[in-house]
Amino acid sequence: MREYPDAKIDCQMANIRLIARLDIKGPNLIKGVNLEGVRVVGDPQEFARRYYEAGIDELIYMDAVASLYDRNSLDAIVRHTAENVFVPVTVGGGIRSLDDVGRMLRSGADKLAINTAAIRRPALITEVARRFGAQCMVLSIEAKRTAPGRWEAYTDNGREKTGIDAVAWAKQGVELGAGELLVTSVDQEGTRRGFDVKLLRAIADAVSIPMIASGGLGAPEHLVAAVREGGADAVAMADVLHYGRLSLSAIRDAARSAGLSVRQP
Amino acid sequence: MSAAKVLLVDYGVGNLLSVSRALQACGGAVEQTGDPQRILAAERLVLPGVGAFGGCMEALGRHGLVEPLRAYARSGRPLLGICVGMQLLFDEGEEFGRHVGLGLLQGAVGAIAPVDDAGHRRKIPHVGWSALQPPDGRVAWSGGLLADTRPGQSVYFVHSFAAHPSRPEDLLAVTDYAGCRIASVVGHGAVLGCQFHPEKSGPVGLTMLRRFLSL
Repeated sequence: MREYPDAKIDCQMANIRLIARLDIKGPNLIKGVNLEGVRVVGDPQEFARRYYEAGIDELIYMDAVASLYDRNSLDAIVRHTAENVFVPVTVGGGIRSLDDVGRMLRSGADKLAINTAAIRRPALITEVARRFGAQCMVLSIEAKRTAPGRWEAYTDNGREKTGIDAVAWAKQGVELGAGELLVTSVDQEGTRRGFDVKLLRAIADAVSIPMIASGGLGAPEHLVAAVREGGADAVAMADVLHYGRLSLSAIRDAARSAGLSVRQP
Repeated sequence: MSAAKVLLVDYGVGNLLSVSRALQACGGAVEQTGDPQRILAAERLVLPGVGAFGGCMEALGRHGLVEPLRAYARSGRPLLGICVGMQLLFDEGEEFGRHVGLGLLQGAVGAIAPVDDAGHRRKIPHVGWSALQPPDGRVAWSGGLLADTRPGQSVYFVHSFAAHPSRPEDLLAVTDYAGCRIASVVGHGAVLGCQFHPEKSGPVGLTMLRRFLSL
């Protein structure tokens, strides 16, 4: 494993959170590459339960095609999850209105990850934070590299360009009331080649709310880099867990031996 | 053994489903209501809360629950406040202005400072799993809500404000967040509160809820 002798950590916050990200299409858990080319992995419920038992810190459900079809089919899955999974659940994909947020919270979601609807109407961020609390307003940013040190925010699960600078948007989102950021690198997603650490660092330097890194984890050192170099507070994992390439306990042990503090379930 | 009855106060805020499911998983017979009469007659009460202190107090007021909750607490039956529900137990809170709380615990609720004493910035809100520790000079918990909890076990927090009990003995557990000492479990008699979400804290949280159901 690499070492980071020069890395600076602001100071120890909470434990680094290990999050399983479950992308959903209809009733199925799916996985793609660069948020595209999806294939069915299995029953999300089964995976959620298994990750809970292995000591996952949080779950993210992302409806992969919700924006595309203007619908959200996650209610039932989330409601079911709340029966036997007792860790925080974030739901994203197709959340468009305060009504959608209220409905998902009543279904058992703790936080909502909003991307497309917030870009279309940034005031939604403020409205959600005021009505339901900033803690449940997770601004989801899907960023694609356009030049060295520059990223563009995408919508609709990485399909649509916006022309908006991802770092500036993160900053604006925080000013509008977001309580947390979910930063997904469209370039790295599903590649297992590691997070876009420069993107994470640029955003971490611009804001002071917790940030979840998403997209690209293939090995434990990617997690360490996201935290040490990127300033992430949490990492979302998909492929690596869904296909059993690494166990959660192996990831946890590796993080700990690299000096990161993680929860011992 | 019959299921332990517990009433979950429904005043239109928060994710009641998760709390309800967690209490059920611990063997509780959960009733969810905002009816003042039912609340006054409850055997055991859980007060959830999410969002801002003032907004929650306002919602309790709208539902006519402020006095019934105070009367219930005077009866000495167990009451557990969760997250903002715990903060509401105190005398007052300052989130978007100063607001009067339920006054069941002495003290106030204030914002977590965004920088520590050394000038390092602290991320707000405090989101994530942090460890519970007994307050100064104690090494373990001997009874009550934390009887089955071990020092160092982590639970899930999400908050920007924290309570400051005026009576040191009301502080039952503390949590360090980037150099800030958070009152994570508080209590006086049967009035109890936890700043974190036991319903989202895995087996450690469920253990605590199970204890609450046995009080």
